[in-house]
Amino acid sequence: MTAVIEVSGLTKRYGGQAVVDDISFHVEAGEIFGLLGPNGAGKTTAVECMEGLRRRDGGQVKILGLDPRDDRHRLHQRIGVQLQESQLQEKLKVREALELYASFYPDPADWHELLGRWGLTGKADTRFARLSGGQKQRLFIALALIGNPEVVFLDELTSGLDPGARHATWDLIAQVRDSGVTVVLVSHFMDEVEELCDRVAILERGRIAALDTPAGLVDRAGGEYRVRFRPVAPLDEQSLTALPGVTAISRHDRQVTVTGIGDFASAVTAELARRQVLVADLRIEGRSLDSAYVALTGRTMET
Amino acid sequence: MNGFSRLAFTETKLFLRETGAAIGVFGLPVALVIGFGLIPGFGDPQKSLSGQAGTQYIASISVAIVLAVLGLTGVPMVIGQYRERGILRRLGVTPVRPLTLLLADLMVWAAAAILSVALVIGVGRLAYHVPAPRAAGWFIGSLVLGIAALFALGLVVAAAAPTARSSAGLGWLLFFPNMFLAGVYFPTEEMSPVMRQLGNFTPLGSALHSVRDSWMGLAPRPEYLGIMAAYAVIAGALAARFFRWQQA
Repeated sequence: MTAVIEVSGLTKRYGGQAVVDDISFHVEAGEIFGLLGPNGAGKTTAVECMEGLRRRDGGQVKILGLDPRDDRHRLHQRIGVQLQESQLQEKLKVREALELYASFYPDPADWHELLGRWGLTGKADTRFARLSGGQKQRLFIALALIGNPEVVFLDELTSGLDPGARHATWDLIAQVRDSGVTVVLVSHFMDEVEELCDRVAILERGRIAALDTPAGLVDRAGGEYRVRFRPVAPLDEQSLTALPGVTAISRHDRQVTVTGIGDFASAVTAELARRQVLVADLRIEGRSLDSAYVALTGRTMET
Repeated sequence: MNGFSRLAFTETKLFLRETGAAIGVFGLPVALVIGFGLIPGFGDPQKSLSGQAGTQYIASISVAIVLAVLGLTGVPMVIGQYRERGILRRLGVTPVRPLTLLLADLMVWAAAAILSVALVIGVGRLAYHVPAPRAAGWFIGSLVLGIAALFALGLVVAAAAPTARSSAGLGWLLFFPNMFLAGVYFPTEEMSPVMRQLGNFTPLGSALHSVRDSWMGLAPRPEYLGIMAAYAVIAGALAARFFRWQQA
């Protein structure tokens, strides 16, 4: 794997206050890399320094081997960007926007195809002001991809999209990654990051609080979680207490709850299989990026 | 098409979609020439207009209106909006610079101004046999300097104003005194010497004087050309120095 993005010691200050404070990470080719954190954590400022939209105050940034400060023009030919808050000319039609942005790039994508993929074919002759929030958002994603970029930066990808459209968008972004494009995703949605990202940096007050795969973050956060099931045949629960990782067992009516740490769930299911005990309603609870986030940062996203 | 020509092409289409702009830039000036031409004897030299034919005077007024509408209302309003809506910012992450859009727009608006002036000359000639500007070279020079001066002033407004609303509002605030002092509402011949002197120092006033003079075949007074050039250079430099590409 080769790193297409290398960030080391990136710092950006406003009025003496470091909004992005000495962050370092790298992104490999073909990865979806997430920057997760609450509003004001510095995510957008960090990517805007990477995109060449803001000048950094310190550190090094290399995107595709190019410095966004010195090689803006060459860099912008090879990256695509969806900005968090942006509009187009009110009376600009969807078709015209795509034709216009296609003309900026040396090797643009076929905009008809992008229009179809992002569900905007019927809107080609609609003016920007008449699009719904979701359609505008999809248009901006299409514009980010129009130049056939090697790296795309997507800032709050699914804001303004309804739940159905969010899942459809995730599928499409996964396809973009599968076609070899590296994706940097700025988000404050746990589910989005957990679903899409290969690796995630959690940003908090301008610093990286944790950086790992979503599963790795969950593991690192540790903590107990629960396996619940209803045995179909009689079961001596005490036989499960000796299993590695199991910390407690309780029974309520016919439902058994096993609490533990680490990979105890596999041990429990293996033991049940060995004893030939069939179970119903098997559930594993309490292991999500959500709870890991709270464990790692000591706060919820809202604060 | 490359980025610049595609931008200019797209912005031309957007300009033509604005009904208000089409009326202000093309409709109103032509309507003035046609309307005032209907007054009997208006084509004769008028004593109250320093001997200029009424039709020629109105045609010159129309040129001034085109410059003021575009420079003081169009430029600040559109650029203020493009900044506030993040359109300039979005271009900042493409191989094309936001400056390219600004240049394309200025080119489109300058072309609209020239086209409208050509329309005024053509309609006046066809309808009332108003002669085309006799000192053609001076006329073209005055028009170019007038465009430069008023567009530069509009750019300063866009640079100084923090929001799209204030940019458009500030533009209108300059529009009316400029129109008034330049002698668009009533001829400078009827103004007090102080007002006339004040009007000479406005970019629109010096533009209107130069256009009227060159229409009659005279060389415009050098101070008029100098004032327009000064506005173009000073306002242009201020705009370049203080323009912000994104809303704070």
